[in-house]
Amino acid sequence: MSLDQPEPTFVGGTVGKSVAKPDNLEKVQGRAEYIADLYRPGMLHGAILASPHPHARIRGYDLTEAMQAPGVVAIVTGDDVGEGRMGAFIKDEHAIAKGKVLYVGEPVAAVAARTEEEARHACRLIKVDYEELPPVLSPEDGLAEDAPILHEHLADYIKVFDAGSEGNLCSRTELSEGDVDAAWAECDVIVEDEYTTQAQAHVSMEPCGALADVDATGRVTLWSANQSVFRVQANVCESLGLPMSKLRSLTPRVGAGFGNKMEPHIQPITVALAMKAKRPVKLILTREEDFEMVRARHPYRVRMKTGAKSDGTLVARECEVLVDCGAFADDSPGVLGYSLLMCGGPYRIPNMKATGRLVYTNKLRFGAFRGFGNPQVLFAGEQQIDQIGEKLGLDPFAIRRKNMLGEGDQWFVGPRIGSNGLGQCLDAVERASRGPRADGARRNFGLSVTAHISGLLGTGAIVRMLEDGTISLNTGATDIGQGSDTVLAQICAEELKLPFDQVAVASPDTDGSPYNWGTTASRVTYTTGRAVKAAAKKVVDQAMDHAAEMLECDVEDLELREGGRIGRRGSNTDVTFAQISGRAHWAVGGPLVGSETLVFDEPTHDPKRAIALGLPFPRIGVFSFAALGVDVDVDDTSGQVTVHEAWSAADVGRAINPRLVEVQLHGGFVQGLGYSLYEEMVWDGARLANPSLMDYKVPTARDVPDAIHTFIIEDPDPTGPFGAKGAGEIGLNAAPGAIANAVANATGARHAQLPLTGERVLAGMLNSAKART
Amino acid sequence: MMAKKVLHSLTLNGEEVEVASVAGATLLETLREDLRVLSSKRGCNQGVCGACTVLLDGKPVRACLTLTARCEGHAVQTMEGMNGDHVMATLQRHMVESGGVQCGFCTGGVLISARELLESDPSPSRETVKTALSGNICRCTGYRTIVDAVCGAAEELSQ
Repeated sequence: MSLDQPEPTFVGGTVGKSVAKPDNLEKVQGRAEYIADLYRPGMLHGAILASPHPHARIRGYDLTEAMQAPGVVAIVTGDDVGEGRMGAFIKDEHAIAKGKVLYVGEPVAAVAARTEEEARHACRLIKVDYEELPPVLSPEDGLAEDAPILHEHLADYIKVFDAGSEGNLCSRTELSEGDVDAAWAECDVIVEDEYTTQAQAHVSMEPCGALADVDATGRVTLWSANQSVFRVQANVCESLGLPMSKLRSLTPRVGAGFGNKMEPHIQPITVALAMKAKRPVKLILTREEDFEMVRARHPYRVRMKTGAKSDGTLVARECEVLVDCGAFADDSPGVLGYSLLMCGGPYRIPNMKATGRLVYTNKLRFGAFRGFGNPQVLFAGEQQIDQIGEKLGLDPFAIRRKNMLGEGDQWFVGPRIGSNGLGQCLDAVERASRGPRADGARRNFGLSVTAHISGLLGTGAIVRMLEDGTISLNTGATDIGQGSDTVLAQICAEELKLPFDQVAVASPDTDGSPYNWGTTASRVTYTTGRAVKAAAKKVVDQAMDHAAEMLECDVEDLELREGGRIGRRGSNTDVTFAQISGRAHWAVGGPLVGSETLVFDEPTHDPKRAIALGLPFPRIGVFSFAALGVDVDVDDTSGQVTVHEAWSAADVGRAINPRLVEVQLHGGFVQGLGYSLYEEMVWDGARLANPSLMDYKVPTARDVPDAIHTFIIEDPDPTGPFGAKGAGEIGLNAAPGAIANAVANATGARHAQLPLTGERVLAGMLNSAKART
Repeated sequence: MMAKKVLHSLTLNGEEVEVASVAGATLLETLREDLRVLSSKRGCNQGVCGACTVLLDGKPVRACLTLTARCEGHAVQTMEGMNGDHVMATLQRHMVESGGVQCGFCTGGVLISARELLESDPSPSRETVKTALSGNICRCTGYRTIVDAVCGAAEELSQ
């Protein structure tokens, strides 16, 4: 049901149909409940006191006045939390600042009071005795010999991989294949530049929040805005020293995530408050706090060099990145490693070397954000592909086709490539767009391609047949609005040949759901979908065994029919799921339950072809591909760039729900458009200068092209559920590269710094005009 | 502290209500904390994002910028009170079907702005729709499917 193309073909069933998400109904009626909409009897409201200093030792607290303020029930500081530290890759973060503060805005104390207003008032009465320390405000400063050290005990922290941490160096990664140093001599053309990219804020429309309650035995129930109830559970328990069995993590509807709600925000603080107050506590961040306290996309410095033969064959690429980590490691080591893994793009480049350093600074933590390090390196790499093409007289489509990886190839360092529809993506964009205008017209075209993984880490599914033959599906995957509940129910319904509306999806609950690492990394449709399909298949198999006994025949003689029936081949005789499930519940065998648990186990690194040091994720893979073309207009007098039209083609293996894939491509592109043209978190010294929607611009309806054409390419992956691969991030990744290439075609000037503001583009135009005269 | 509460009377979704809110409370605070009418969302509390949009005497306002005192004796309508509104029901149906709903946090505000547009301009162009919705930030959809939904509803309503 494309907006621009005929509906993709599908064979019966639910998969391939643009089923409307069932949760849409409550959302249009204003009845959906997000974290801020939850209330408990006797509930208190929390508020946070943020650090005014980027780097300081905490000498002590004076809570006297605050405790006496009206309505105050409990105050939590670093003294209330133990020595526990949390972190996905390096466990470096307490529940709340303890001993030191490491960025302006870091939570240093929290109050639970009768109302939010009272809690905020009391926060202002807390006195903290600080000994200010010199801050580190850039990765370069952090690596200086005499730099102040943020984490004095870094060597003692638990790390889940060989991080190489030292001083303010949080982690380092080095990947190489072939012999780059020798390969430059084979190259007829070489381009090289240094690029910088800015911090981008996620700006989920729902700010982060949590609500914790403690029962009579001391067990905690925690609702929060999240992308994984299981990561919430792990982070809270690690930082507060709780056994995981003592915390139940749940989720209401989530008002989007984009990576911001994957790892912890204020869940540990909310739990600490509820445990101390012995009453339920709800804590909802303001928009400003959400900007200052949570996380953002990493600023990158990328030095990249690419070489090719005169026929356009790519020979070598070298990429060196310096990444601002912020105060805590969070997902940053993963982002660094992933950006290096992706820095070659979807091309065959026999000689590759990618190295990177991640450096602690006194800023808020940077972390996961849709794209996960891919947009930064693509901004550099995709411009260099165009530049090589320009030097050799190859158009952007031709040079990419000449070098792209194919099915059966291995990705840089080693991951297997399954299906690869990149060629079809390029065809779709080339056919529909007008391509670049060679005359340097101010309205011009730019192209970028990208790939993204969707297979990694652990997941599971439990499919239960209820007494009446309808189905309960439980996966533990949080639907953050993108529609994974719908897609997983479609996969389940398809496998069972049931109508979509006979599958109910359970809300994630660490007490009852199978483990799911999280709604992140474009992984739920592929990774969780595999578990759902396998679990549903087990229920079908169990139902077949019952049917064989009920119909007194062999299983081999049976067939699964549409609508929950199993019958003998070549006859009208059949039994319904309701009859089978009734028999199982009350007489024979017990209720039907299909359960599947899996962890993605294909190795990232192939030691026969590549050297990898400090690789943070040993097992990831399964690639989706995309091509993005844009037409931009550059205003001659202001340099302002307007994107007029976009063509986004993505190979998602199989679109389980084409409409939901299209909206991922639309939304990803627009978030990437904001990143490319104007979104930027700006620091005034150590303080974030624009932590509000008044000062941080995100695209509105008026700022985006109406014509965003999407093309779904379906090259099924043999391991994916019905062939499906991920779709969540590929729509964003290519935006900065495509827009930068379009601006270069329109102005004759290359840009090595994001965002492409009018001021920068105008300066580029003036310089290139000067160069011509 | 503990600001004094002030009693206000207003019409909420067609019913007379009396509500005690702290002096200086915004309509958003009164709706959510004092009345537990929760469809209006706090996205920015600064009048930028539009997630708190409600109708005051039939006109869209930002609940986060509107003082409750200003609503004394006036009529406030939230999404909870729009069941049975034909224009709204049509818009809702098109939003559900078009893919214009993702996380849903902005959706109520978007729909109220769209309804206001269709009241004043029953056959808006796509550009007009985009302008009318430019005060409602959506971070998920990229707007395309929302504009489709509003245009689709306008077309259906004008038939």
